Amino acid sequence: MELDSAMMSRMLTSLTLVFHIIFATVGVGIPVMVSIAEFIGIKKKDANYTLLARRWARGFTITVAVGVVTGTAIGLQLSLLWPKFMQFAGNVIALPLFMETFAFFFEAIFLGIYLYTWDRFKNPIYHWLLSIPVVIGATMSAFFITTVNAFMNTPQGFDLEGRTLTNVDPLAAMFNPATPTKVFHVVSSSYLTSAAILAAIAAFAILKKNASDYHKKALKLTMVATFIFAITTAIAGDLSAKFLANEQPEKLAAAEWHFETEKNADLIVFGTLNEDNEVENALRLPNALSFLAHGSFDSEVTGLNEFPEDETPPLWIHYMFDLMVMLGMYALGVSFLYLLFSKLKKWNENNKWLLWLIVINGPGAMLAIEFGWIFAEVGRQPWILRGFMKVAEGATTSPHVDWMFVLFLALYVVLGGGAISVLRKMFKNNPAELELEKRYPDVAKRGGHK
Amino acid sequence: MSYEMIGITVLWIFLYGYLIVASVDFGAGFFAYYAKTTKQDHIINQLISRYLSPVWEVTNVFFVFFFVGLVGFFPDSAYYFGQSLLIPGSIAIVLIAIRGSFYAFENYGSKKSNFFMFLYGATGLLIPASLSTAMTISEGGFIEETDNGVRLLTGELLTSPYSWSVVFLAIVSVLFISAAFLTFYASKANDQPALELMRKYTLFWGSPTIIASLTTFIAMSQHNARHFEKMLDLWWMFGLSVAFFLGALLLVYQQKRYGLAFIFVMFQFFFAFFGYGAGHLPYLIEPFITVESSVTNEAMGLALVIVFIAGLLLLIPSLILLMRMFLFDAEYVKGKK
Ligand code: HDD
Ligand code: HEM
Ligand code: HEM
Repeated sequence: MELDSAMMSRMLTSLTLVFHIIFATVGVGIPVMVSIAEFIGIKKKDANYTLLARRWARGFTITVAVGVVTGTAIGLQLSLLWPKFMQFAGNVIALPLFMETFAFFFEAIFLGIYLYTWDRFKNPIYHWLLSIPVVIGATMSAFFITTVNAFMNTPQGFDLEGRTLTNVDPLAAMFNPATPTKVFHVVSSSYLTSAAILAAIAAFAILKKNASDYHKKALKLTMVATFIFAITTAIAGDLSAKFLANEQPEKLAAAEWHFETEKNADLIVFGTLNEDNEVENALRLPNALSFLAHGSFDSEVTGLNEFPEDETPPLWIHYMFDLMVMLGMYALGVSFLYLLFSKLKKWNENNKWLLWLIVINGPGAMLAIEFGWIFAEVGRQPWILRGFMKVAEGATTSPHVDWMFVLFLALYVVLGGGAISVLRKMFKNNPAELELEKRYPDVAKRGGHK
Repeated sequence: MSYEMIGITVLWIFLYGYLIVASVDFGAGFFAYYAKTTKQDHIINQLISRYLSPVWEVTNVFFVFFFVGLVGFFPDSAYYFGQSLLIPGSIAIVLIAIRGSFYAFENYGSKKSNFFMFLYGATGLLIPASLSTAMTISEGGFIEETDNGVRLLTGELLTSPYSWSVVFLAIVSVLFISAAFLTFYASKANDQPALELMRKYTLFWGSPTIIASLTTFIAMSQHNARHFEKMLDLWWMFGLSVAFFLGALLLVYQQKRYGLAFIFVMFQFFFAFFGYGAGHLPYLIEPFITVESSVTNEAMGLALVIVFIAGLLLLIPSLILLMRMFLFDAEYVKGKK
């Protein structure tokens, strides 16, 4: 592997995105959870939920800040590291990028208002209404940026005559074949991950201290949300696989180690490859790949051998896919167990083992996001714009990218460390029980029951 | 109007908007630090944090809007700026990232430490300095195009009087704009000690601002005669700029109408900025690309303009709401909410 500018640009882009996506995901999902909690608090007149919304929103200010600054970084880096790609893409896909800035604007304005107006309205429903634009803004930004990424996978909406672009159609570029499934999967998995992380925090608090009403309610709410979003995410993932089978078959084939085009294709789970690219040590689910790809067990799935060798992605993305799916199943399973336990009176849903499983699910979901993206991005290799521009053609020729990599690595270490330590301080010095007592004294006395 | 003129006008207006709101923010960082080292922080820091807390993200979006819009309307600029600005651009990103996130960390997190205040003050001056590089290289003479792509001539940039005068101008303007705004804000808050202090700063930073503008003019005449000539043709814009500057200083000196004084400062920079920009045309980056040669295709141009108008219809009411809640809500400004 040669560490030229193109390779360094890939590494720096990956570094920034792997870091940004943590905060971006949370940034899309947490407003939804905050809004739900505040609404329940108003409807049930239960200050526990209001406090939940307040505390989540407070933590959110920190993650949003890191999301905004790393997002600004990736936005500029796209031009700094991929000048030729952006020159080309700017002509065709600038529209959603531009719309995204309006979504940010909208979200930033209302987030500012939301955070500073908790006690300003007589009727609390007005304050809740302010959360709606924040939710819309956050989800719309995910939508817009995902259409750009979808465009990189299935570009359309222009003709190329020699080196000149003609017949540009910005809407066709934006609503390309990859857009529907990708947006659905990305948005749903962001909601899932945010719910899972908040659930993990609540479970951890119950494990460390005694189970207060506040934390039990938090856990219940987040676990229900995790369960619902885990289902929608799995559905969206299945649709994404069907999309790949039709439109980007080389990515699916590489992810599934599916070399020969055949009917009744098996799904290969984990395993290793020997020198001759034969699969060993794997779990084989008969006919399952055909089902995943086309919805029937005997359909034909295109194999990797149909494609020229220099246009196929690296085969290690198989593991990324398997890990993502596994973690998705885990989220579904854990939240199902919790709901089952809480329905059956005999069992205690707050037992230690279950709580620990829930704690693990938080980081697990975030890892699934990372694995999913790495799978999706590396699975597009060697293309930066599939079928039109290879990665090496899009990269900067500036020789100094290596130093910038070091600089940004240091930056992300500082930002990550800072965010963690501030968040810990913020909640350690101000436990929920104390805050409840301070802000809503009568609720705290009654223990939250009406 | 053609798409390139609509595009560049919209972008220039947003860059102007960023210039004003970001200057207030950057300068405030410096004043907060300065006040701390001279033990006057009890006077102004509460004022500064009350204004800045709700708006820093909005400020940042102005910037994002500008560079995303630039790539959208003029895709070729992504290539030239991207290739040449890797290092200054990355440095600016790092500074912005540190400033934004540590601002949030400290504000919602713990108490203000000295180190934080220093970072906050220093980045406030370094960010405008590094961002001004983009403006400087667009004058030409600092990048070359070879077989291996476009390249920044770092040596020329670091030894050019013009580029240094721009840096100097950027820094003092930031301090002046910020002081003028905070004077107004303090008067709204009825905070006498803070008002006195900020008023002094405004008067103090007035003269370096005008000196720096003159130096930049002179350096420009040496560096890019074409641009300089065109600016001379637009002498009335710069004349108006100076008139508004004097008007603002006079009002502040006489201790009245601080709001109007700040509006004058905004006009001062409006005319100077647009005079400079109009003289820059038709080039986006001299001599490589003009607005006409680099503009996007018609379909995209139209789509961007439509989105822009729709976006404004959404944003303007929201911004008014934000300002009514924080900037013009007397109770909030006074710290009672
Ligand atoms: C919590 C996160 C999470 C979970 C549990 C899953 N995924 Fe996923 N997946 C993502 C998070 C994600 C993602 C981060 O959102 C990706 C990356 C790029 C994209 O479009 O979505 C993704 C991509 C992605 C792709 C590639 C889409 C493309 O490149 O166009 C496929 C085929 C799947 N997923 C399929 C699944 C299946 C069958 C799952 C079964 C449960 C699953 N995912 C669970
Ligand atoms: C949603 C919008 C996204 C866009 C527009 C985008 C754009 C890009 C670009 C321009 C590259 C460089 C070219 C290449 O190597 O193919 C790239 C590579 C990469 N991106 Fe993305 N990306 C997006 C999301 C993400 C996210 C969220 C992650 C991380 C979790 C990610 C991970 C990567 C990785 C790992 C690579 C390197 C692939 C390789 O070089 O093999 N991307 N992406
Ligand atoms: C699917 C992947 C991504 C998602 C879900 C996402 C979402 C987000 C979110 C929620 C924010 C915080 C915005 C705010 O609160 O103001 C953010 C910031 C940002 N993101 Fe990402 N992002 C993704 C990938 C990218 C990529 C690839 C780019 C590059 C074009 C990008 C550009 C930005 C920018 C410029 C900001 C800062 C905006 C501001 O200043 O407010 N994002 N992103």
